[in-house]
Amino acid sequence: MSIVLETRGLSKSFGAIKAVQDVSFALQKGELLAMIGPNGAGKSTCFNMLMGQLKPSAGTVWLNGTNLSGHGPRQIWRMGVGRTFQITGTYASMTVAENVQMALISHNGRVFSILPYAHRLYRDQALDLLGLVGMADQADRHCAVLAYGDLKRLELAIALAHEPSLLLMDEPTAGMAPRERVALMKLTADIVRDRGVSVLFTEHDMDVVFAHAHRVMVLNRGQLIANGSVDEIRNDPRVQEVYLGGGTLFNPAEEGQHA
Amino acid sequence: MGFFIAQFLTGLANASALFMVASGLSLIFGVTRIVNFAHGSFYMLGAYVGYTTMQMLPGMVGFWAAILLTGVIVGLIGVIVEICVLRPVYRAPELFQLVATFGVILVIQDLTLMTWGAEDLMGPRAPGLTGIIRIMGEPVPKYDLALVAITPFVALALWFLITKTRVGVLVRAATQDREMVGALGVNQSWLFTGVFFLGCAMAGLGGALQLPKGGADLLMDFTILTSIFVVVVIGGMGSLPGAYLAAVLVSVLGVFGVTYIPQSTLVLIFVIMVLVLMIRPYGLFGRPEVAGEHGQVGEPERPIKPAGPRARMIVAAGLAVLALMPVYGSSFAMVLTTDILIFCLFAASLHFMLGLGGMVSFGHAAFYGGGAYAAALLVTYAGTPMELALLLAPLGAGLLAVIIGWVCLRLTGVYFAMLTLAFSQLLWSLAFQWSDVTRGDDGLVNIWPSAWASSTMVFFYLTLVICVGGIVFLRHAAHSPFGYALRAARDSTRQAEATGIHTKRVQWAAFALAGAMAGLAGGLFVFSKGSVFPNELEIVRSFDALIVVFLGGVKTLSGGVVGGAALEGVKDVLTRFEYWRLALGVLIIVVVILAPDGLVGTARKLAEKWGLMRAPEDGK
Repeated sequence: MSIVLETRGLSKSFGAIKAVQDVSFALQKGELLAMIGPNGAGKSTCFNMLMGQLKPSAGTVWLNGTNLSGHGPRQIWRMGVGRTFQITGTYASMTVAENVQMALISHNGRVFSILPYAHRLYRDQALDLLGLVGMADQADRHCAVLAYGDLKRLELAIALAHEPSLLLMDEPTAGMAPRERVALMKLTADIVRDRGVSVLFTEHDMDVVFAHAHRVMVLNRGQLIANGSVDEIRNDPRVQEVYLGGGTLFNPAEEGQHA
Repeated sequence: MGFFIAQFLTGLANASALFMVASGLSLIFGVTRIVNFAHGSFYMLGAYVGYTTMQMLPGMVGFWAAILLTGVIVGLIGVIVEICVLRPVYRAPELFQLVATFGVILVIQDLTLMTWGAEDLMGPRAPGLTGIIRIMGEPVPKYDLALVAITPFVALALWFLITKTRVGVLVRAATQDREMVGALGVNQSWLFTGVFFLGCAMAGLGGALQLPKGGADLLMDFTILTSIFVVVVIGGMGSLPGAYLAAVLVSVLGVFGVTYIPQSTLVLIFVIMVLVLMIRPYGLFGRPEVAGEHGQVGEPERPIKPAGPRARMIVAAGLAVLALMPVYGSSFAMVLTTDILIFCLFAASLHFMLGLGGMVSFGHAAFYGGGAYAAALLVTYAGTPMELALLLAPLGAGLLAVIIGWVCLRLTGVYFAMLTLAFSQLLWSLAFQWSDVTRGDDGLVNIWPSAWASSTMVFFYLTLVICVGGIVFLRHAAHSPFGYALRAARDSTRQAEATGIHTKRVQWAAFALAGAMAGLAGGLFVFSKGSVFPNELEIVRSFDALIVVFLGGVKTLSGGVVGGAALEGVKDVLTRFEYWRLALGVLIIVVVILAPDGLVGTARKLAEKWGLMRAPEDGK
């Protein structure tokens, strides 16, 4: 198996606060990797560095053997990374299909063309993508009236538009009903299997993580404390400590060090 | 040396009124998030009310009492405005608030004209401070020294109020998080009203204080508006020290500028502003604006589709009626229609960037006037024929928009609006001050069309073809990938950037295209009138276009054109009345509050309600 994404010693400090410290991991092709950890563990900081929104204080990110340092979100997208947001970002004034067509237009470098009608461009491709996420029947609906779960699926279709080799999903099921969560992650798992995409996602819902992730990384206080299969993580005492009490927050000696 | 000090003191004295008005604006913005475009009007009211109260209260005590009383009166007028006009639009997008306060400007202008008449008023001199004092041999008016002394105390008092009192704590808390303050049991609406009172009272004080120096006239409102925008942009919105420092900087530079480089005082100040923005985009003491704070009004914007065959037939029929005008219409009707067509193109160009791009420009006249002046200058100095001038006008205006857009697009929201306004004022002052080239207020005259197009009818057809062509082009662009990308950048910058769309570059290109089209309209205008004057670059011209787009409906594709035709038509009737600004102002305020979807949007809603048009499948 080949490595799609790899970080080496990734770190980020905000002043004296070390948000992420020395995080190294690799993501294989076709893998569904979960990054979990309590609030403030550094998950979002990690994601923002991977997407180029934040510049790492130290360390490097490699995508298919290319160093991503110094690249912004737009270039990283062009190198084949798709992303979905924790809070959905869609174009409310367009139809569902047009939302996907916009990403296809950008992928084909036609953002500045002024002659053709945009709503006719790449419509078939957009419909295929919508079919993939089960939204084809809603293709011509107004995006502003969609249910939240549908917006999440639409966002997934947008993220898949340029056939990315890597998909970054920041809390993909946040704000969804339990049944919708399972459905969306099942959909994601299917896409990983059928299209050979690799996925890195953060998640708070352990049911979702343990049901679908191939491998799990646990982040706590900016450090990677565990990295392994679902079963390994489930039985890791340190992870249990972080999640099930006896947590470091209540350890007076530890607390004294940080105060 | 003495001269230098005297100049400096004059600058400080001039800063006094400027600081008071700017700090009022800044204060109101900090808490309510509304840029009160009518703030200059409260300053003007301060001058007029002060004139009256000073006549009623004689003597030294009376003079100062009159100034304080004026502050209170203007503050109370502000309260009325806040309750009637602003309360209904606090939750609306900023464009609505800006347009509503512009309506207030018009209303106050005409009410002032009604009450005090059209003549400029000479301010009374301050009793006991009429003479001059010599400082190192240079004369300095005593009143100037009094102003220099008073201003820091006013600033300190304000600072004390904001930082040390309970009210101040609430105001500062509201500046950071209004909802939280409301949740803690503070009556927000009275807090807002209170702040508005204070802000307007400051403007009133400023207006009254400058009476002995400048008097009162009906142009004061717009004159000071530009200066206070420059001051808050340099100083940073919501910052008192910033307002003071920037007011001093602008005034002192102004005074020295008049002495050393009289032709380019205004340019100098704008250069400083641009420099500050390059280094600190939110002003010297400002904080970054939290974006996306404003709510929605009415239904969300709908998807667009190119016009169907039926709509195309209707438009074609309408155009045929227009094209046959020489057959049935008088030559006056043709001239009027020419005006309307030019104005429609101008409005459509603004609508392109505002409606699709969400870029609220308050200085679109810069490109309309810019195109007009480009054509006029070419004809006057290079003897350029009309055909070439009409080609170069949009090019010149487009180039201008590339430059101005580059600066303005560094900021968004209200800062963007203020910057565009400031730039159009810069061009206006250039046209006005640089009289060697532009002939200043006398304008450039004798710019007529080529012989073949000189008859009313031929020029009418020329305008018809160019304007309709321009409007159709802009409309087509809205449906093109470029227009979609522009909407994408407006709807979700985050998603657009994350899918490889360079949103700033898209907006920049749209800004330039809108500028070029406005320039084309300006070029046509010059040849239809045979002349151009600086007032084509005025704030009023920018506002005309803005209001037209707004009345027509921001969220509809044809809003600009329909609004343009309607307003130019109505104006022709309206301007025959003496107090037409009052009527227009009230109309604008009523539309903002009652029909925020505009003419086209409201008509569409009604048509759907009555079953004349098919409602969207899942619209409410």
